[in-house]
Amino acid sequence: MSELRELYQEVILDHNKNPRNFKKLEVHSHHANGHNPLCGDKLELFLDVTDGVINDIAFVGSGCAISTSSASLMTQFLKGKTVADTRHYFENFHDLVTGKELDEEQMLNLGKLAVFAGVQEFPARVKCASLSWHTLMNALDSSATVAETE
Amino acid sequence: MFDVQKIRRDFPILSTLVHGKPLVYADNAASTQKPQQVIDAISDLYTTSYSNIHRGVHFLSQKSTTMYEGARATVQNFINAEKVEEIVFVRGATEGVNLVAYSFLEPILNSGDEILISEMEHHSNIIPWQILAQRKGASLKIIPLLDNGDLDLSKLPDLLNERVKLLAVTHMSNSLGTINDVSAIIEQAHSQHIPVLLDGAQSIAHIPIDVQALDCDFFVFSGHKIYGPTGIGALYAKEKHLLAMDPYQGGGDMILSVSFEKTDYNDIPYKFEAGTPNISGAIGLGAALDYVSALGISAIDNYERDLLDYATTALSKIEGLRLIGTAEDKGSIVSFVLDGVHPHDVGTILDMEGIAVRTGHHCTQPVMECYNIPATTRISLTFYNTKSEIDVIVAAVKKVKELMG
Repeated sequence: MSELRELYQEVILDHNKNPRNFKKLEVHSHHANGHNPLCGDKLELFLDVTDGVINDIAFVGSGCAISTSSASLMTQFLKGKTVADTRHYFENFHDLVTGKELDEEQMLNLGKLAVFAGVQEFPARVKCASLSWHTLMNALDSSATVAETE
Repeated sequence: MFDVQKIRRDFPILSTLVHGKPLVYADNAASTQKPQQVIDAISDLYTTSYSNIHRGVHFLSQKSTTMYEGARATVQNFINAEKVEEIVFVRGATEGVNLVAYSFLEPILNSGDEILISEMEHHSNIIPWQILAQRKGASLKIIPLLDNGDLDLSKLPDLLNERVKLLAVTHMSNSLGTINDVSAIIEQAHSQHIPVLLDGAQSIAHIPIDVQALDCDFFVFSGHKIYGPTGIGALYAKEKHLLAMDPYQGGGDMILSVSFEKTDYNDIPYKFEAGTPNISGAIGLGAALDYVSALGISAIDNYERDLLDYATTALSKIEGLRLIGTAEDKGSIVSFVLDGVHPHDVGTILDMEGIAVRTGHHCTQPVMECYNIPATTRISLTFYNTKSEIDVIVAAVKKVKELMG
């Protein structure tokens, strides 16, 4: 039960029930769809980027608690950050959920996203946590393809 | 008397602990566990009797050949086929469907023709037909689903016409549990001279199969869903069809004589078994069918229907739980969705309680679309499951609600 509590922390449950930035952005510079065909999770991500800074970011879609809360927390986290830094954060986040060692500074940089550390005990759920991030990378690469995690 | 505790001792894996809890294996529609009798049959083959079949004059080759062909006769008897030549060993139900698509249907399918399937088919009974239809300019027609998970057979007469060259339908739905009235479907199709393929991947392990009484033209199933190994299954086809069909793959063992100008094909069913087959798989499957026959498929059917009733009643009492698939005639499958909780989260939480269930679309995306849901949690039970295991599952589902608030 403790591992489950570790996975389904209050913050995660809260963001699942009330996802933040859960809307379409009428005005956006970047956009991508993410799909996890195995469990049916789908999300659509919108970014409004000016001069390399993420002014606004939002998403819509449906998925499990881990994928929904991850998308919600990611949008909160990235608002105001530079595009240049996102790949770095993505890598840190990926290391976090796959159980790789992060140093103190890296952990600090991830802020609230550290709640996803519990995912590393559930390898089948890594793809849920990382779907929004893969979608983000696709949006920023302006790739036309749908991001998929399996 | 069905002694489930004695039966459970035949399945070594059932005594496994998962996350420190006794395993509750309720993912039998995906694949079943193997009794010691099947494990021993495969192990004994390799220990005492193994060789390649159908060629060597030596002792072991003859012994293996006898065992392999004995397994074919076991399949024949299990589904009551008229002739042993009507049983073709394949990798599984999927390969059986593909074999029929390419060797039976392709040569007779023309542009403008139709292939009739149903809305509840597993992807394996959709995609082979879709690929073929696209290649030949034919189209796929669908028998629709009703809200309770039954097929809307009132639509069948309109769908059956001279353009339909084959009707392929599942005997029992893997995501809804519905057992289709296939006798009625076959009778209607045959009245218009339309051949019928039954996907028996689910039904084979749960209800008595008599292909002669059903009068189906083709029946496919996989060994691993009936307590046998993976990578083996069988295609039953009426002799007249097999005789008229072209080979599926070329290779060794499917020929009588070969020169660079011409090849004479072997007799049925060998014509359809190119290359060294899955010898240990077939023998393991034979052992699995013997095991099921010893328990008695009718006794299994009765026991499982009782389990299904118990599980359905207990789960229905959980507030916010909606059953997906409530047909009157069902196999022991309970699919459900829980208000506000995604099935993937249910699956993870149940797993921590030692419970193995399937979550997802179960390779039936059109069914999920019909119900407008992305996925379900599926409990699929079999004769080694018990009512106390269902109690464990029900308690765990309540825990999911508590945890996910």
